[in-house]
Amino acid sequence: GAAARPDMDLLGDLRRMNKRQLYYQVLNFAMIVSSALMIWKGLIVITGSESPIVVVLSGSMEPAFHRGDLLFLTNFHDDPIRAGEIVVFKVEGRDIPIVHRVIKVHEKGNGNIKFLTKGDNNEVDDRGLYKEGQNWLEKKDVVGRARGFLPYVGMVTIIMNDYPKFKYALLAVMGAYVLLKRES
Amino acid sequence: LRKNVEDFTGPRERSDLGFVTFDITADILNGKNGMVFSLTRIHLQSIFDWNVKQLFLYLSAEYSTKNNALNQVVLWDKIMLRGDNPRLFLKDMKSKYFFFDDGNGLKGNRNITLTLSWNVVPNAGILPLVTGSGHVSVPFPDTYETTKSY
Repeated sequence: GAAARPDMDLLGDLRRMNKRQLYYQVLNFAMIVSSALMIWKGLIVITGSESPIVVVLSGSMEPAFHRGDLLFLTNFHDDPIRAGEIVVFKVEGRDIPIVHRVIKVHEKGNGNIKFLTKGDNNEVDDRGLYKEGQNWLEKKDVVGRARGFLPYVGMVTIIMNDYPKFKYALLAVMGAYVLLKRES
Repeated sequence: LRKNVEDFTGPRERSDLGFVTFDITADILNGKNGMVFSLTRIHLQSIFDWNVKQLFLYLSAEYSTKNNALNQVVLWDKIMLRGDNPRLFLKDMKSKYFFFDDGNGLKGNRNITLTLSWNVVPNAGILPLVTGSGHVSVPFPDTYETTKSY
């Protein structure tokens, strides 16, 4: 009988192979994203903090921390809050976490604790930042205690925030790289 | 050391306000950890190695009252950058921040402990809090001062 033309066969093969390879690349990409999410969730569990890595947004803790520095937090339940510690907290009703130092602590026998914070670089304490009528912070306001730090690394996040076009460009490049990368 | 009853920086109730004056003489040598602290002389043995950007020093008063089992109030702080003169001669220092108690627990309180601690800020890495090994106990009198001669 007659055989199919060889170049038509080859083309068909190529088309089939490309589809399979595309699915493979997409799965690869999904795996990378899932792994990253798992690592992040794992950090949340290990540190006890809802946000184990934060970027410093203001200069209120200079010269120790500058805008763009990265902070690593822990939030162990049994860690007492003590004067001198650097805490990251959120004011009730606001989204932005603040990194400042604890300067006053009053703890009752039953473990109830209230404390006051102040940025190293600020003249006054944080009472002006708290909610209307709120004079103290409590354990529930704490996102974590700063345990370690890396300078500059967080600048990428700030740039992506301030220039969304940069963020999309970066995501597009990353996506293209992963999808087009050929597995040998 | 004196005492007065005032309130204006925070809650609107009357709270005890303490006044402390102190001298700090600090001498930072090169060596390993360790510290001797008396009200007139502090000997900070250095931790200024290549990875230390600055020390955040703070003098805190710790005490216990009827209201609260544990109170800590930072009275004074100082940022010491690497390269700064490691010798501090500070006499008759007034506390930088108001020493308000949460309540009236300073009157007659015999056991207020002052300690000097510092936060080591590295160029990159862990942020330890170190407390000096010495401390000074400071008693407050049983009566209030009626004149404000601060």
